[in-house]
Amino acid sequence: MANHNRTRATAPALLRRLLAPLLLLGAAAAVQAGTVTVVTSFPKELTQAYKSAFEKANPGIKLEILNKSTVQGIAYVRELPEGQRPDIFWASAPDAFEVLAGQKLLANVAEQANKAVPAKVGSYPINSPDGLYLGQALAGYGLMWNTRYMSAHKLPAPAQWADLMKPVYFGHVSLSAPSRSGTTHLTVETLLQGEGWDKGWAQLLQISGNSAAITERSFGVPDGVNNGQFGIGLVIDFFGLAGKFSGFPVEFTYPDVTAVVPANIALINGSKNPEEARRFIAYSVSTEGQLLLLDPKISRLPVLPPAALGGKVPPAYPNPFEIAKRAKVSFDSDLSEARYNVVSSMFDQTITFRHKELREATKAIHAAAAALAKKPNAQGQALLKQARDLAFTPIVGASMAGDKSFLALFTANKKDAAANKQVTGLEDRWNSQARDNYGRAKAFAEQALAAAR
Amino acid sequence: MWLAGALVLAFLTLFLVLPVGKVFHTAFVDAHGGLTLGHFGAFLEQDLMRESFANSLYVATMSALFAALIAVPLAYFTVRFQFRGALLIQTLGVLPLIMPPFVGAAAMQLIFGRSGTINLLLNEHFGISIPIMEGLNGVIFVEAIHYFPFILMNLTVALRNIDGAMEEAALNLGCKGLRLFWRVIFPLAMPGFVAGASLVFVKVFDDLGTPLVLGQTNMLAPQAYLRITQVGLEDPTGYVISVIMILFSILAMALSARMLAGKDYSTLQKGGASIARRRLTPLGSLAAYGWIAVVLLIVLSPHLGVLLLSLAQVWSFSPLPDAYTLAHYQTVFQDSGGMIRNTLIYCGLAAGLDVLLGVTIAYLMLRTTLPARKWLDWIATASLAVPGIVLAIGYLRLFKGVMVPGTETLLTSTWIVIMLAYAVRRLPYALRSCVAALQQVHVSLEEAAESLGAGKLSTIRRVVVPLMAGGILAGFVTSFITAAVELSATILLSSAESQAPMSYGIYLYMQSVAGRGPGAALGVLAILVVALGTYLSHVVVERTGSRFAERPVDEEALPPLPAGVPAKP
Repeated sequence: MANHNRTRATAPALLRRLLAPLLLLGAAAAVQAGTVTVVTSFPKELTQAYKSAFEKANPGIKLEILNKSTVQGIAYVRELPEGQRPDIFWASAPDAFEVLAGQKLLANVAEQANKAVPAKVGSYPINSPDGLYLGQALAGYGLMWNTRYMSAHKLPAPAQWADLMKPVYFGHVSLSAPSRSGTTHLTVETLLQGEGWDKGWAQLLQISGNSAAITERSFGVPDGVNNGQFGIGLVIDFFGLAGKFSGFPVEFTYPDVTAVVPANIALINGSKNPEEARRFIAYSVSTEGQLLLLDPKISRLPVLPPAALGGKVPPAYPNPFEIAKRAKVSFDSDLSEARYNVVSSMFDQTITFRHKELREATKAIHAAAAALAKKPNAQGQALLKQARDLAFTPIVGASMAGDKSFLALFTANKKDAAANKQVTGLEDRWNSQARDNYGRAKAFAEQALAAAR
Repeated sequence: MWLAGALVLAFLTLFLVLPVGKVFHTAFVDAHGGLTLGHFGAFLEQDLMRESFANSLYVATMSALFAALIAVPLAYFTVRFQFRGALLIQTLGVLPLIMPPFVGAAAMQLIFGRSGTINLLLNEHFGISIPIMEGLNGVIFVEAIHYFPFILMNLTVALRNIDGAMEEAALNLGCKGLRLFWRVIFPLAMPGFVAGASLVFVKVFDDLGTPLVLGQTNMLAPQAYLRITQVGLEDPTGYVISVIMILFSILAMALSARMLAGKDYSTLQKGGASIARRRLTPLGSLAAYGWIAVVLLIVLSPHLGVLLLSLAQVWSFSPLPDAYTLAHYQTVFQDSGGMIRNTLIYCGLAAGLDVLLGVTIAYLMLRTTLPARKWLDWIATASLAVPGIVLAIGYLRLFKGVMVPGTETLLTSTWIVIMLAYAVRRLPYALRSCVAALQQVHVSLEEAAESLGAGKLSTIRRVVVPLMAGGILAGFVTSFITAAVELSATILLSSAESQAPMSYGIYLYMQSVAGRGPGAALGVLAILVVALGTYLSHVVVERTGSRFAERPVDEEALPPLPAGVPAKP
């Protein structure tokens, strides 16, 4: 609190005096030579482990972490001029790297690859064929559940996605939205590719109808399962494994409909310290760097096969190469990219933003089905079928979803007001239609229940 | 006078008007750079958006109402009665503000949530559960608990400044008890109350963290955030929502100003002769202490939750954690010493800047005839209506490619932008407090000083600022601690972990599947730092208050000059 009289009299001088040290400080905080700047969506315990180990192995190089969600990270890199960009991009979602590569923002890092890493996991190449990014860890998708919660609510442990549609799990499941989380998008897309569009959406709608919440961040799901707010969650494997190995009463399993895909690391074009950055990339896929993934707090699957890690893998650890062998889905990333926005938008408009109505419809359908199982009744069955069809049919059918011009709508320039209006108009129609469908489904299910009485 | 006005205006223009202008610009421009209203049409046609708007309105109104229910009795007790817990209430009343709302919400879920302590116990003993954290209720609950200190602080200062003679006059005319409160005391403290309540309303309207943690997406702020981060910076709908939120918040502030327009709240006496403190009857004191105990228990539950979480090894589906450990604190001390220092530097500078601007604007507005002086107030207050994330995006766009003078570094990758964003976003708090404080200084006191030959500047220094000291300090503290927990702008503007403040550190640690212990530990440290600061400032206010009672003006009561400014030019 300055003396206001004097401040006012010499405000410019004072400002100069105040700002000069600030500017110097700011400049001092600027990136000095030998600092590698990493943009990553990974949690702090992982980045901290790599920072400590790498700085110890390479004295003189500092690692500066920029923690951003994948989407924010892409925007951040894109906004910066050449020469000011961070050095490394390190994240889970493969499509993010395709986006960056498409904008010529990545440099070739084929030199840094570890020769001991297998070419493929299942049928999916671990390193990008054009050498623009390297697989650094592997990830599959599955279910985690809180054992205390399950025994308190007397629930059986689930094994497959389809189990989560059962009435017994109503209000006990949780998942995130594909628009908010790259990993959830991969999970949803895996399910759609594994079951086919229409059946996949029908499952998604029923699982979501059984859910207590659609969390805003992918992390909200494992967190809620860890602390017992939710019983079961749809998660990427290390979320479940890290909770389990850190002592939480949780379990994790891979269903048959899963895919194993790499999380990648890449060098950004036009960064400040590419030489030091290349050393970090090489380190991250070296045996030493891969062993860090086995820390209980991190619990990620290395890209090196267990044999190459010299028996250091804990016995309870899943083997991604085995899981990929039995996984039913060979993930098609081109297909995923082509309909990326459509899937996100459909999920948001018909599930995330209409979750309350979807839950109510689901609850009514479960009640009617239970009553009809006790007292079968033809009219009731017919009404129940109508209710199910209304509630659990995707708003866009498979033929439409495969239509090029329809998909093109969603990839158009957002700044174009006409195109934007078309998309938002469509989204709004989906949203209102979903609300009406769920409302009518609930009414039909209630009639079916009345018929069964 | 002109110079001061121009400087303030320049600052506001560069760091508030232009960045926000950029956002407006984006909302009204199509792909070819022409003006368009198409984005707005697209927005208004959407059911979801209309629903979000209604939800936001409902939550903000209810939160302000509940916050008032908590704050008004507390403020009245502290000022009105001889009563031991006054300092405690003041300090504890500020504590909620230091917690980033999303941390509070996380802790509240562990206590009040579906499988939280309360519901698990209720279920065990009575077989019932209370859905207090479900849906919009949860948001209202958390927000009211988090933001009621705005009302408390402003109202306490206003109540303290009421002339005791007013009350005595009312008592002489036979007005007692509740009627006295409603008809005389509360109306006189109205500027403080309205300032607080409108702040709560607008803050809740803009708040992003709490609805997101509680999974409520059908509100305006989450929708704006989702659009901007999901589709990227290019998506116009996000900007359209931002613009609508900005406009609506300005409207709310304007209405609160209209409510106070045309009334004179200034009284001649200050401080020492404030409302007489009375003894409570035994029954009354029981009721008062009881109410305070209940409120404090609820208000402190997030803190208790965070404290437990920071000491817990595993806390899952049980009323209390399984086992306790100090390991999380060790982790935090190893990794994050710098973040605590950063928070103190950024927030201290930002709050200092705010108070400086606040006093200047308040004086120009209420005591000079500078043309367009009201505009300064409007512009500064308008920043309340700017969601942090929008301001941050505006900065990133506006200062794209601008270098720090004389270096090779981008301005947007230094911490200076974080500090500036804090200062701009928190300016309204400091400003409201300064304006409320100055409104209660009767102009005749200044006229008296001037008639005795004091110049304008020495009048301001010797009379106005000392009389405003309480308000100024309240403004500084509010700015500081709310900046310490600001998150949405921080996320976008923090470009490096070494420059990140505490709130960002807490956020990072809180995203760990291996447990939220370290995040909670850092949260506890943050609470301690701010509690200490608040306590110290409270002591200062008390002292200056009592000093004015003996000697209206005292050299020693002047705030110390900042280092580096010579005492005599």
